[in-house]
Amino acid sequence: MTTTEEHASPVGYGRLQRKEDTRFIRGHGTYVDDITLPGMLHGAVLRSPYAHARIVSIDTSSADAHPKVKAVITGETLAGLNLAWMPTLSQDVQAVLATDKVRFQGQEVAFVIAEDRYSARDALELIDVDYEPLPPVVDALQALDPDAPVIRDDLEGRRDNHIFDWEAGESARTDEVFAAADVVSEQDMLYPRVHPAPIETCGAVADMDPVTGKLTVWTTSQAPHAHRTIYALVAGLPEHKIRVVSPDIGGGFGNKVGIYPGYVCAVVGSILTGKPVKWVEDRSENLMSTSFARDYHMHGEIASTKDGKILGIRVRVLADHGAFNGTAQPTKFPAGFFGVFTGSYDIEAAHCSVVGVYTNKAPGGVAYACSFRITEAVYLVERLVDVLAYDLGVDPAELRLRNLLRPDQFPYQSKTGWEYDSGDYPRTLGLATEMAHYDDLRAEQAHRRDLNSAGLSRDLMGIGVSFFTEAVGAGPRKHMDILGLGMADGAELRVHPTGKAVLRLSCQTQGQGHETTFAQIVAEELGIAPDDIDVVHGDTDQTPFGLGTYGSRSTPVSGAAAAVVARRVRERAKIVASAMLEVNPDDLEWEKGRWFVRGDPEAGKSIQDIAMAAHSTLELPEGVEGHLDATCVYNPPNLTYPFGAYVCVVDVDADTGQVKVRKFVAVDDCGVRINPTIVEGQVHGGLADGVGMALMQVMAFDEEGNHLGGSFMDYLLPTAMECPSWELGETCTPSPHHPIGAKGIGESATVGSPAAVVNAVVDALKPYRVRHADMPLTPAAVWRAMQGRPLRTDLAIS
Amino acid sequence: MEISVTVNGQTYQRDIEPRLLLVHFLRDELGLTGTHWGCDTSNCGACVVWLEGVPVKSCTVLAVMADGRAVRTVEGLEDEVGLDPVQRGFMACHGLQCGFCTPGMMMTARWLLDRDPDPSEEDIREAISGQVCRCTGYENIVRSIRWAAEQGVTRKESDVESTSEVPA
Repeated sequence: MTTTEEHASPVGYGRLQRKEDTRFIRGHGTYVDDITLPGMLHGAVLRSPYAHARIVSIDTSSADAHPKVKAVITGETLAGLNLAWMPTLSQDVQAVLATDKVRFQGQEVAFVIAEDRYSARDALELIDVDYEPLPPVVDALQALDPDAPVIRDDLEGRRDNHIFDWEAGESARTDEVFAAADVVSEQDMLYPRVHPAPIETCGAVADMDPVTGKLTVWTTSQAPHAHRTIYALVAGLPEHKIRVVSPDIGGGFGNKVGIYPGYVCAVVGSILTGKPVKWVEDRSENLMSTSFARDYHMHGEIASTKDGKILGIRVRVLADHGAFNGTAQPTKFPAGFFGVFTGSYDIEAAHCSVVGVYTNKAPGGVAYACSFRITEAVYLVERLVDVLAYDLGVDPAELRLRNLLRPDQFPYQSKTGWEYDSGDYPRTLGLATEMAHYDDLRAEQAHRRDLNSAGLSRDLMGIGVSFFTEAVGAGPRKHMDILGLGMADGAELRVHPTGKAVLRLSCQTQGQGHETTFAQIVAEELGIAPDDIDVVHGDTDQTPFGLGTYGSRSTPVSGAAAAVVARRVRERAKIVASAMLEVNPDDLEWEKGRWFVRGDPEAGKSIQDIAMAAHSTLELPEGVEGHLDATCVYNPPNLTYPFGAYVCVVDVDADTGQVKVRKFVAVDDCGVRINPTIVEGQVHGGLADGVGMALMQVMAFDEEGNHLGGSFMDYLLPTAMECPSWELGETCTPSPHHPIGAKGIGESATVGSPAAVVNAVVDALKPYRVRHADMPLTPAAVWRAMQGRPLRTDLAIS
Repeated sequence: MEISVTVNGQTYQRDIEPRLLLVHFLRDELGLTGTHWGCDTSNCGACVVWLEGVPVKSCTVLAVMADGRAVRTVEGLEDEVGLDPVQRGFMACHGLQCGFCTPGMMMTARWLLDRDPDPSEEDIREAISGQVCRCTGYENIVRSIRWAAEQGVTRKESDVESTSEVPA
């Protein structure tokens, strides 16, 4: 039996049930496609069947004649409005509707607006586009060949498919360390193209009021304020006449950070027709045209002493960015935060170089719970450590333990310029191996291998370990911006006369539970019950400016803003309480929910009483305004550095290559946990993502650039059958610079888990002398690895 | 063509195109937007509703196939007494995050528990294996359905769990 007290809602941090659930479990959420406005029209996008082709002509006359069609928009229409191209988040431009060429299969070519969604789709069939096919660039490894077709001939002076060169670390010093090392292990590895595939696809309802000139866009946006500013800059609309609303969002994972052509077409459509226009893409459109992730071809080297002290890491990356450079990351970081590839280890030197190239594939690259490419960085270093362990004949957990940063090294300056804020890595790895009964697992594996050798079993067993460090919570304004917009977040808190409160946030939730956790932050600071705090978010007319929810930045940045603004209210309340109690403010002490006179605990005022007094006729000290509210803009001094240790156990069928994840232990350290249940839920979801990417998910292409993952029949996502029951552990190393000691958690498991799964599978295949195999480790890929003929997983070639 | 469909106990008559999908009929014609659409290919299960007491993927069922038949959607889980234990279970065990797959998951869960009041974890995983959740890694969905199984068919008049702490 639990007591009444235990059932009471925590006033602050704790396992509070989510406030948003009451609408979702009744089917009363409001997602973009649930919005219906009077007179609303429906849009549909015509897409290119070719990966690379010149547009000779577009004939829309039959579609125009369809009785239910209200308008057909082409690139030519948009060119007349100077909207045929739009800026990307990486200083490139992207075609809204193609005018000259199509550059990937699924690219937007025309937009039909009709009375209903079925008629809009019908009319797409009536548009006649004459294409002149061109040779596509499908293999990123051939994009820089001298005779490769030039994809971006729209860019003046462009003679090749090169986008950028970027490097980090010290090249010469790293070369010295490598030259002097006893052991150098190297490995090519691919982090293939994957897609976040939220179950809700992307869409928008655009409503331009022709009388007031106000444009409202309900849209699947993880960054509504940034979207508003971009619409203002791109379309030339005054920013105060634009309202962007992110209603309930059916999962984001990075897929809903950028602005897609369909959104712009819906906006233009509403302006042209004078009616609201809804556009919601279908699943194939989502998978084929919206932001993909990864596509990093990496060559890694790791240098070590003969007894396993890691000395240096050296990396070359070829980054496939698709047809337009549309990656979403802070401006100064063209390879995202890949620079943290030195991981969790105490090393002497490191260097990486990244070359970005165009190919005839959809744009994107940073779009899948990746913390700005830390997924790629962690996968690289965690595979390299396992390759080194293989070469040295050392246990991979033991090798990690020998090389992890020590607690006394924090704050730690990495060799590539990052300042890790806090950590106790050996404790976390120790807990993970203890929870997994690591030594018992190794003993079982040894026994299994004996059975395998004796021909008594064909079941292979593998144990994989990964340890990750993330850098999340972008970010300090002087270093980090998106399209020139500094990455600071605003927050506003107002306490009503009766002591209820409203918190207005710039960030936006796509399932993270902000309506609950941010209320808990304020509750912890002010002692107002979470149920008495309304969290408003996702509406640019209702909330202060900020950069949105992605890169695990909500808690590190907006969470800090919420705490700071609550503390400002608390200080204001102190002045009011001092007037109420007729004492000097310096004589007051705070306990959760009330100010009281030091030494006289009975003489105090609750925050609710103070709120009423703040709105009353109570005489306040000179210069003190009435009411009880505050605002702030939080500019984080540094990123936060969550970390964790994962252990995965797999069974592999030697006859079919089928992998089954038997066990997965995840110990995460994200500092202070506001709502542990929600943190654990985020970890669960990320672990499923890791299993999916390691074993199932890939967007491959054939030689003509045809997308081979355009539906859930082909792009395989993990179900409950592929996922084990996750076993979670926790350590807590608070962030020293965050107001409540919290670190981001939303992407940790997605970042950390793929390496654990791949390491486990490769470990299972050790008797077959397999040292590495690329994701996804489908039965075919495992089988081929066992035969010594590894599969190129990103292309449909043998 | 004219069809008559009983949804959550209420009968609706509509003149529709023969090609109209059941998911669009429910959402666009009846305004029951709790049923979601996610993939078109019967893979994700966001659109699961009951047709004559059996879970179907309504993105792959024509509305005309529901003519003269009974459909139950997420909006029909709660009755005058209160929430279905499955709904309470999803709240109590944090079985949802973005909420998009949740209605379909709950409809399958209710069907499972009606047939098997005490399903094992494996039974639950198999029952929802035709549905995709991108947020939860399924762990808490499984726990939510087990929670509901342990409650039996008891309903409550209010969201009592909404003020309680989630079990660790």
